Amino acid sequence: MFLWFHKLGSPPHFYRIAGNWLPWLGTIFLLLLVAGLYGGPILAPPDYQQGESYRIIFIHVPSAWMSLFIYIVMAGCGVVILVWRMKIAEIVLISSAPIGASFTFLALATGSLWGKPMWGIWWVWDARLTSELILLFLYLGVIGLHGAIEDKRVATRAVAILAIVGMVNIPIIHYSVEWWNSLHQGPTVTKFDKPSIHWSMLIPLLLMALAFQVYYLLALFQSCRTELLQRERNSRWVEELIAK
Amino acid sequence: MSNSDLLQIDNLACIRDDRVLFEHLNLSLAAGQMLLVEGGNGSGKTSLLRILTGLKLADEGEVLWQGKAIDQLAADYTEQVSYVGHHDGVKRELSCLENLRLVQAMGKPSGVELDEALDRVSLYRYGDTLVSNLSAGQKRRLALSRLIVTESLVWILDEPFTSLDKKSMAGFELMFEQHLAEQGIIVMTSHHDIGMVNADIQRLDLSQ
Amino acid sequence: MNRLSLSQAFIYLLRRDLTLAFRNRAEFANPLLFFIMVITLFPLAIGAVPELLARIAPGIIWVAALLAAMLSLESIFRSDFDDGSLDQLLMSAHPMPLLVLAKVCAHWLVTGFPLLIISPILAEMLGMPQQAQGVLFLTILIATPILSLVGSIGVALTVGLPKGGIILSILVLPLYVPVLIFAASAIEAAAGGLDVSAQIYMLLAFLFLALSLSPVAAAAALKISMS
Repeated sequence: MFLWFHKLGSPPHFYRIAGNWLPWLGTIFLLLLVAGLYGGPILAPPDYQQGESYRIIFIHVPSAWMSLFIYIVMAGCGVVILVWRMKIAEIVLISSAPIGASFTFLALATGSLWGKPMWGIWWVWDARLTSELILLFLYLGVIGLHGAIEDKRVATRAVAILAIVGMVNIPIIHYSVEWWNSLHQGPTVTKFDKPSIHWSMLIPLLLMALAFQVYYLLALFQSCRTELLQRERNSRWVEELIAK
Repeated sequence: MSNSDLLQIDNLACIRDDRVLFEHLNLSLAAGQMLLVEGGNGSGKTSLLRILTGLKLADEGEVLWQGKAIDQLAADYTEQVSYVGHHDGVKRELSCLENLRLVQAMGKPSGVELDEALDRVSLYRYGDTLVSNLSAGQKRRLALSRLIVTESLVWILDEPFTSLDKKSMAGFELMFEQHLAEQGIIVMTSHHDIGMVNADIQRLDLSQ
Repeated sequence: MNRLSLSQAFIYLLRRDLTLAFRNRAEFANPLLFFIMVITLFPLAIGAVPELLARIAPGIIWVAALLAAMLSLESIFRSDFDDGSLDQLLMSAHPMPLLVLAKVCAHWLVTGFPLLIISPILAEMLGMPQQAQGVLFLTILIATPILSLVGSIGVALTVGLPKGGIILSILVLPLYVPVLIFAASAIEAAAGGLDVSAQIYMLLAFLFLALSLSPVAAAAALKISMS
């Protein structure tokens, strides 16, 4: 098992293995997505407080979870890059950033859509949404810094530090924003989980979360393979691949 | 590779953008030897020197000091090295003496008095002059005087003779020869002709 | 001869940077002037309604402080980068985090400390009540060093980049948000006569966290940026 992991660290092997996984990942994703979307928006009973419009949480909440999860993955890659200098970690970090940013944006957009029927306005400064907005800036910072530095080897190591610094700050920012929000008693969009959640809502939610996870792997592998080809374009294994 | 080899370059490669500046570079330097790196502009001389100082990471291979990788030795290696790069490494708004005091504060002082060091590079009268009022040649001499006020085995010098006249050059070449005689090591690039006939010089041409 | 001790090296570098700042006085006056000007813009923009201004004064002053801090950050490493001194510092046998800390201290003394002196005047101009002004002073004292410390990480990551200033703002603003929240809230609470110990303790906690971690992160970032 360990040997397999070690093999994964080598670019040509990663490329091949990731390629093999792609069709499987695609199928699983679609299955989960259909199950989740059916179970949630369609099958689950209307919420006693919020009626039908709450159904958007089936996209909003998993997106928010993913946005945080991916940043944690990026920070983890950052540590691997700085300590062990694994090339694959560099690729995973930089490929994850746009995917994470997209999930963050999706969470913000769905949060906003949720707020509209409830409060009549497109944006509320609730704690979760504000934290997500700051998280979006953290992602944009990573993407921006990587783009701004010309030497991409230097760029990924710089971004590794940024990801780690961001990770340390995320709990601080989250707590600060919660505190700030509690001061002014602003409207809360995402407090649906205050009473314990019924299983008929929980299961589709988890299904959607799982679907998004698989999507992340799918998008990540796709993106990594492309990034890998780009970076290693002068190496032998890529030339052999093209020759075939 | 003999036991007295202090600095070793092992399969070193450096890539910028898509160009391979150099690869499969293997070399060793013993005490008292000098490495003269030649090659046209953009051939990777500065990159090689920066890799040897530990400031830059090589794309492949490693540099060994007394058998250990300099990446791992970190400060244990850099404290033996003095580097004079393209830039002079001195602050314009400070005087010569203030700059040298800082150099000593940051490194290992050599016991040479600052005034005497300035005298050796013909800047004795300029101790309290701000660097912004010096000529290019004078600034370069000040930059090189760090070699006198600190104690280090390895001197890594990137075009040290820029802006210097022949007389100054000859003076510094004597200084370099003495450093080698005292079992030091010098790695240098220069597009001037070097007149150090007594020295044990290895030449490396990167323009292939 | 022996190398200097760590504390001696620290003092040396601190004094060097202060000397440099003193000899470059004009350049370092800019952030302070910017701070004053931004604060002056608000009454012009929203009308000189005393109650309104007094209510949002804490926020205005702190946002202006943040922006002034961001403007001044580049000066921490720029000059050393340009003349090759940064290479020399990186090669010094003294631990880089210590050297970074010395430079950040100098930066705060030159950019944050003047804010401390001028803020009571500006607070008065915005109509901030007396009991809040004391807390304003306290928050600036505790929190502006945090801005310099955390900001130094951002500068270290972008030193040498052509359009570094813009990217620096994006990198550093999210990290400044907690400081802004607690500092502004402390002053507002003080204006209402409420207890501010929670906010002050949080700011102190941030300060100690920044003091211990930022120099290390900034030193690592410098090594990477210069490679």
